Amino acid sequence: MSTATETTTTGAGQAPEAADGFEPDRATLAAVLAPGQRPPRPSALAASTAFGWRAMLKIKHVPEQLFDVTIFPIMMTLMFTYLFGGALAGSTSEYLQFLLPGIMVMSVVMTTMYTGVAVNTDIAKGVFDRFRTLPVWRPSAMVGYLLGDMFRYSMASVVILVLGLILGYRPDGGPVGVVLAILLLVGFSFAFSWVWTMFGLLLRSEKSVMGVSMMVLFPATFLSNIMVSPDTMPGWLQAFVDVNPVTRVVAAVRGLMDGNVEGSELGWVFIASALLIAVFGTLTMRLYNRK
Amino acid sequence: MSERKGELAIETSGLVKTFGELRAVDGVDLAVPAGTVYGVLGPNGAGKTTTVKMLATLLRPDGGEARVFGHDVVREADTVRSRVSLTGQYASVDEDLTGAENLILLARLLGHRKAAARERAAALLDAFGLTAAADKQVKNYSGGMRRRVDIAASILNTPDLLFLDEPTTGLDPRSRNQVWDIVRAVVAQGTTVLLTTQYLDEADQLAGRIAVIDTGKVIAEGTPGQLKSSIGSGSVRVRLREADQREAARRLLAERLGTEVLLDADPVSLSARLLVREGENGPAERASLALGELAFAGIVVDDFALGQPSLDEVFLALTGKPTQPERKAGEAAAEPASGSPLGGTSTIDPQRSDEQKESVA
Repeated sequence: MSTATETTTTGAGQAPEAADGFEPDRATLAAVLAPGQRPPRPSALAASTAFGWRAMLKIKHVPEQLFDVTIFPIMMTLMFTYLFGGALAGSTSEYLQFLLPGIMVMSVVMTTMYTGVAVNTDIAKGVFDRFRTLPVWRPSAMVGYLLGDMFRYSMASVVILVLGLILGYRPDGGPVGVVLAILLLVGFSFAFSWVWTMFGLLLRSEKSVMGVSMMVLFPATFLSNIMVSPDTMPGWLQAFVDVNPVTRVVAAVRGLMDGNVEGSELGWVFIASALLIAVFGTLTMRLYNRK
Repeated sequence: MSERKGELAIETSGLVKTFGELRAVDGVDLAVPAGTVYGVLGPNGAGKTTTVKMLATLLRPDGGEARVFGHDVVREADTVRSRVSLTGQYASVDEDLTGAENLILLARLLGHRKAAARERAAALLDAFGLTAAADKQVKNYSGGMRRRVDIAASILNTPDLLFLDEPTTGLDPRSRNQVWDIVRAVVAQGTTVLLTTQYLDEADQLAGRIAVIDTGKVIAEGTPGQLKSSIGSGSVRVRLREADQREAARRLLAERLGTEVLLDADPVSLSARLLVREGENGPAERASLALGELAFAGIVVDDFALGQPSLDEVFLALTGKPTQPERKAGEAAAEPASGSPLGGTSTIDPQRSDEQKESVA
């Protein structure tokens, strides 16, 4: 095309038919544009649910993204059970009884990082800008991601539980203990995910989000009581393991599933969750508003 | 709308946004009357998108003030959000979702109940010719369809002010005409439209007033007529059948058009810039008369084209320099090396990297 936009000889006026057969019709357009009754602003819950619905639709359209809450947890459970079982507990079946609640926490907590990736991907595309111009409760977009993710966390937990049962794991806490353990884990993961919404907003690319996630998640999950009891660790490491919130969650989940949970263990998880939301939720919303 | 007459949809004074060293928007003053289409014309990186993002409450200004229908975009952001819609330069819908799902989602976020949201989405899909594609994922849409679903998403609640950021960049001429028709219908309903564009003809077709911006500053403002008369009205390009008639054609055209006639590299082609003159026939009319004279003189014309001035020419006329803004270090690499990327409809990519830089800054 030349420098000038040619109008005379090309006759840019009326195209005989549109490429996809669409001819804007003035009357129809006018009808849909007529300013109708504006509905009232949606409630915080309605807006969050709508965003949660979006997250579920994305799972429906891109089911491959469920690999990380199906295949990955199965892999982790099998790997660690059979790799360490004999050495650490004398037999794999003994070890499974100890490991399963922990590996459940590990898999789910590792899955939380995809929240940050999803936020970051949306920013790179334009859809985020549209959400931010909507007159809705500001955190609802973020809560929506997390609602979708809670489905994923539940799914990962159930997958591991079923695999565990097949391999011979028997929870002494019974069905009630197991259900409560999964609820506690999903609740904690919801709180923990705010770390990733913050990084998703803060970092420049999907790759850097993944990188930071790994740097946080590897020590947070491995340096805990998931694989082994902290008794054998050197003192300085025990100190870290002790303050690691993942340790607290594992203790509580294990307690619930084994049927011998202590109130203080549960209390620590609630405190950690509240702190995570207070700190990282606030930081996330600051970034979301100021971006 | 009559009751809004004289009201300003947008009013900014000394608006500034900096990204590190770069002053992306450097003191922009705008006054956009309600109920009109206002064009913001400028090359890649001029600050158009940044300005729009500040007005749409997506970016906080670093200096100056901006009001939308009298509401401050920072202090009353929520009120502003309830009255505006933004169709960004790149798909501002979710590409993984279908067209219908996108519209239903946004309708629900605007407060419609489930059934009403569905109904509204269906009506818009129908009016925008997307019913057949309603259940396909947006990532499988053509460029024109994507743009339409994007605009549909912006008018789920007919907004008082609609921002369209380069709505036709990268579209084929047919899709571009569809978008133009939609814009005309939107403004006919009383919505104010702020449209950014790189194409003078687009601003000319749609806008009542145009602000030309470059390196973050408004360098000219006025009606399309005022702008064009300040810069000439494009050019006429003629291709002859016989090369040896070119000299005669040159003399004749120079005399009739009253401007210098340039000989092109192609030995049978020549071109002339057209100027708008008070009290004379319009430039197109003079060109057609001059072409008649050529035929009368026995000079055979194989082809001719009447071109509007390109944005390049506008900038050359307004700033005395071509549309390669001086860039801070590191910015220049994103721009094409030379040439005139602004006359055609195929220049989308250079800005993409700029935009991403902006969005993470």
